[in-house]
Amino acid sequence: MKKNRLVSRLIQMCVVLIGISFLTFLLTYLAPGDPATAMYDSLGITPSPEMLEQARQSMGLDKPFLQQYVDWIGGIFHGDFGTSFSKSAPVLDLLMKRLPATFRLALFSLGLMLIVSVPLGILSAVRQDGIADYIVRFLSFLGISLPGFLIGLILLYVFALKLGLVKVASSSVGMEQMLLPGITLAIAMASKYSRQVRTAVLEELHQDYVTGARARGMNQWEILFRQVLPNAMLPLVTMLGLSFGSLLGGTSVVEIIFSYPGLGILAVGAVKARDYPLIQGFVLWIALIYMVVNLLVDISYHYIDPRTREGENG
Amino acid sequence: MKKNTRFAVLSILVFLILAVAFLADKIVPYDPLSASLSDAFQAPGKEHYFGTDALGRDVFSRVICGATTSVYSVLILVAVILVVGTFLGIIAGYFGGAADAVIMRVGDMMIAFPDLILAMAIAGILGPSLKNSMIAIAAVSWTRYARLSRSLVLKIRNRTYISAAEISGSRHSRILMRYMLPNALPTMIITAATDIGTIMLSLASLSFLGFGIQPPTPEWGYMLSEGRTYILSSPWLLFCPGLAVFITVVIFNLWGDCIRDMIDPNATEKRRKKRRKRR
Repeated sequence: MKKNRLVSRLIQMCVVLIGISFLTFLLTYLAPGDPATAMYDSLGITPSPEMLEQARQSMGLDKPFLQQYVDWIGGIFHGDFGTSFSKSAPVLDLLMKRLPATFRLALFSLGLMLIVSVPLGILSAVRQDGIADYIVRFLSFLGISLPGFLIGLILLYVFALKLGLVKVASSSVGMEQMLLPGITLAIAMASKYSRQVRTAVLEELHQDYVTGARARGMNQWEILFRQVLPNAMLPLVTMLGLSFGSLLGGTSVVEIIFSYPGLGILAVGAVKARDYPLIQGFVLWIALIYMVVNLLVDISYHYIDPRTREGENG
Repeated sequence: MKKNTRFAVLSILVFLILAVAFLADKIVPYDPLSASLSDAFQAPGKEHYFGTDALGRDVFSRVICGATTSVYSVLILVAVILVVGTFLGIIAGYFGGAADAVIMRVGDMMIAFPDLILAMAIAGILGPSLKNSMIAIAAVSWTRYARLSRSLVLKIRNRTYISAAEISGSRHSRILMRYMLPNALPTMIITAATDIGTIMLSLASLSFLGFGIQPPTPEWGYMLSEGRTYILSSPWLLFCPGLAVFITVVIFNLWGDCIRDMIDPNATEKRRKKRRKRR
């Protein structure tokens, strides 16, 4: 049963991936201006018609659309995502070189966010309609309404430039460089998550088993930590998967503010230079990671939540 | 505060924002586009409330005029997403079969991305402009609306009165307009109202990255990105447009939540019941 579901999920994933690859390819095909001109533009050369013709031929642009697409996909199966023309390097190499930095930043900010939002969410649920609850809800409301780039710029201004506590914009990516971008990302996410934790815990607190446990005289904290939390945290796992996926691609704004050398800066540069192979590679790569993460989340449910297991057997 | 009072106050604030956006070019003290280099980088003061930028343009006037761009584009965008998403979702839910499969699979593809990535790619490939960044955000946002309206339609699809209408020979278009749409609309409008703030932030992010509106038209996200260079010497270039985005988004978010509480009695009812139960 489980194997079947996994296989069907994998097939579904492949279909969506092929769809995405086709879509991105179509988009670049339909885009105004052709890649050959864009390539020479990015090199700062004004090409003669012969040069353009030659470039088109070497890039395979003279072939019919479907042929181009099939060639591109065929290359990807051999690990060849094409060559970026703004950086004149293989797309895959460029992506791989930047991935670890963004990966680390994403993990760091997720960890930071959990440390803040889970306790606050629980506190706010347990003390529903109390002062603590109002403060937490107010803060999370502020966090949701603040644009990420504004939080980032304020942090940059106060901590890096005015107080000089943290150095930013160096070529290495150590703890110090990750701190401010990490906090920026964490603030935005923590506001969402503390709300989510609050709702989930509240929902569990109103279940009959909690009333039962209270009636039997169990300690309130014991109920909370042994019974309520494990149940309330389940939906969080799905959210974490989604957040991780979007962090891997969506940190561009923060990376640019703090000059953090990750995937995001690369992507923005690629889009600005109209570096089509790099854009296509990046989009496809992010979609793949995003889907794999979500698949892993689904599989992990199987282990975390016994109920889904029983449902499959029955 | 009582719910109605709160709604009234927030509505007035929303109205104020709209009024500022509408009358921007009448109320600004300076031309937001006229540069005079001798006045560059003046700190906020009596003459220029929010100071001046690198080209000596009055930041207060630019922030006010930025409201026009931001508010109008957001409202148009939300309306487009609402109409397109709801329409496609209803079609998918009502007709099922091939229409459903095509619409929902395309939707799956859009959902398989982190939002900003696809929007960035679309805006970048089409070329940076306000229109293209709006197209990009619409392309990634309609799926949520389609899913929601589809599920609402599926809920009533097999009710007796729908079958009765079908048997008595009502045309599809009539059933869609008379039964499906009115059934889905309230929920869809609530969702759209609570979404205004978020979508405004997405648009501002895109233009912050340089994929939105192009200079010299004043827009908050782009002003922030321009001001970044002078963060140390002239922080007001950042904080004024930043504050403008923040306040506008807060007001729209509160207003959206308020509308949700008013139209959707379920939400408040449930909350109250839970509270009672707890006591």
